[in-house]
Amino acid sequence: MSKKLKAAIIGPGNIGTDLLMKMQRSEWIEPVWMVGIDPESEGLKRAGEMGIKTTAEGVDGLLPHILEDDIRVAFDATSAYVHAENSRKLNELGVIMVDLTPAAIGPFCVPPVNLADHAKNLEMNVNMVTCGGQATIPMVAAVSQVQAVEYGEIIATVSSRSVGPGTRKNIDEFTRTTAGAVEKVGGAQKGKAIIIINPAEPPLIMRDTVHCLVEGEPDQVAITESVHAMVKEVQKYVPGYRLVNGPVFDGKRVSMFMEVEGLGDFLPKYAGNLDIMTAAGLRTAEMFAEEAANGVITLPVRN
Amino acid sequence: MNLKDKKVTLHDMSLRDGMHAKRHQISLEQMVDVATGLDEAGMPLIEVTHGDGLGGASVNYGFPAHSDEQYLDAVIPKMKNAKVSALLLPGIGTVEHLRMAKDLGVNTIRVATHCTEADVSEQHIGLSAKLGMDTVGFLMMAHMASPEKILEQARLMESYGANCIYCTDSAGYMLPDEVSEKIGLLRAELNPKTDIGFHGHHNMGMAIANSLAAVDAGAVRIDGSVAGLGAGAGNTPLEVFVAVLERMGVNHGIDLYKIMDVAEDRVVPLMDQPIRVDRDALTLGYAGVYSSFLLFAKRAEAKYGIQARDILVELGRRGTVGGQEDMIEDLALTMAKEKGLV
Repeated sequence: MSKKLKAAIIGPGNIGTDLLMKMQRSEWIEPVWMVGIDPESEGLKRAGEMGIKTTAEGVDGLLPHILEDDIRVAFDATSAYVHAENSRKLNELGVIMVDLTPAAIGPFCVPPVNLADHAKNLEMNVNMVTCGGQATIPMVAAVSQVQAVEYGEIIATVSSRSVGPGTRKNIDEFTRTTAGAVEKVGGAQKGKAIIIINPAEPPLIMRDTVHCLVEGEPDQVAITESVHAMVKEVQKYVPGYRLVNGPVFDGKRVSMFMEVEGLGDFLPKYAGNLDIMTAAGLRTAEMFAEEAANGVITLPVRN
Repeated sequence: MNLKDKKVTLHDMSLRDGMHAKRHQISLEQMVDVATGLDEAGMPLIEVTHGDGLGGASVNYGFPAHSDEQYLDAVIPKMKNAKVSALLLPGIGTVEHLRMAKDLGVNTIRVATHCTEADVSEQHIGLSAKLGMDTVGFLMMAHMASPEKILEQARLMESYGANCIYCTDSAGYMLPDEVSEKIGLLRAELNPKTDIGFHGHHNMGMAIANSLAAVDAGAVRIDGSVAGLGAGAGNTPLEVFVAVLERMGVNHGIDLYKIMDVAEDRVVPLMDQPIRVDRDALTLGYAGVYSSFLLFAKRAEAKYGIQARDILVELGRRGTVGGQEDMIEDLALTMAKEKGLV
């Protein structure tokens, strides 16, 4: 199956492992390498047991194998601090980088909204925003595609167990990055993002609320149709993405109440926030692979 | 209870927690009027921001009549002795808001998290302490965790640089014994230099009793609100608390008649509704639900025909925490659908 693009995952933590499990089912992406920095890490051992080549030497341990294994795409599930360097080294060798960290060097990518454009332009680094962004920006875009959105606000409520130390140490990065992408990708003139962490047991499934204030009277029929169509688009890669209530119309306000249940591959089902990141990242790489196979884009030449 | 000659620092909430009860619509003039009255009465610390803290302006919590900058800029220059504090909830406000508050002359930053999630406050507490501000770690909904858990989380905030830790009864759920136990453990185990504070709500009618229990157990900062203006059934009514402290011989530094007059002449007239333990506010306390949900649940009742009390009890059952105001309309819609009302 030569159409499959070969991939490396950097960061064998929860996200990297969940991504690997999803990738093993992909028709377009073949996982080949898992990259870590600790030879004793559970994640590297797991990947090895799943038949994946591993290195504990970081990205430098992967570089000598890029050409011989024809690695075309890499997923960075490490941290914003090391992402820039990882990306530079891999881009130089013609590897497309899907950035799951908050580094956001490349353009934001929310698959049903702007992935097709990024794939067509062969962006060599795309950033997957944040979990809250992946869950909500499609809804903002669904409204803004019908009618101008003056203000878009999202509230992401996630279970305490699904929020790792990186996010906790820099929670401002979540609010800032997500709000920026609500504007840039969602199409709102002004964006705001709020994150709430809830410690209830059993853990709650990720919940997201999206409020848009539109220009003029909302076109209820067209917006409702657009929202339902967008939910279906997201469900193609996150089947547990659900519109619980709405769209609700109240003056200029349009509100959608979402729930995101994960597939439960490696991460528990309640962690829809993590699942939607890995699913969106994989969907992104798959689109690049499809466009390459269709001859729409030409991957960097290798001898 | 013998509190004679103890010293407490009172902290007024009417212009922050009171914003919830006013749907964040207090005018600049009203803010300055109340704040100057409190300053003259000897109130050492007054909180001013959106009800949900810096950056709270939103569809979710309500857009305020004026921005945090405008409120702070109007009040701070008018203060002769009182200092001004600002609340910040990580996940809503950011370090940019904190820097803005510092630049406008805010003295005290209170970084609030749910009582089990203190580790989201490292950035904000760290910066506030680094800027040399009076830095408070504010553990909300403290009835939802054990005393040991509260202590563990308080230690985190202390390690980030907080010089004062609050045990916050956001739902007005606690009874005095629980307050004594939690404050007592914090006082016994935290650094002796770290101050302990208590923030109560009057939803079960226990705000005064709980605040006294807190002082008895070692708290030196007590939040309250002149005329009780605050979320739910309001905060500990400060003029009442001052009178009680006076009778008990506690050193509080407030002029009782002056604060009575601020309550009666300046705060009560600006209330949109009486701040009292009505059945919905009582439900907040009884079911352990965040006090600022009150008006949202009442509005959902009016719009969807589901009793606010039923909505609040269900929110409590689900373990909802502060900031989840969006769940109220969502839940009301779901309940209305089940009843065939929409």
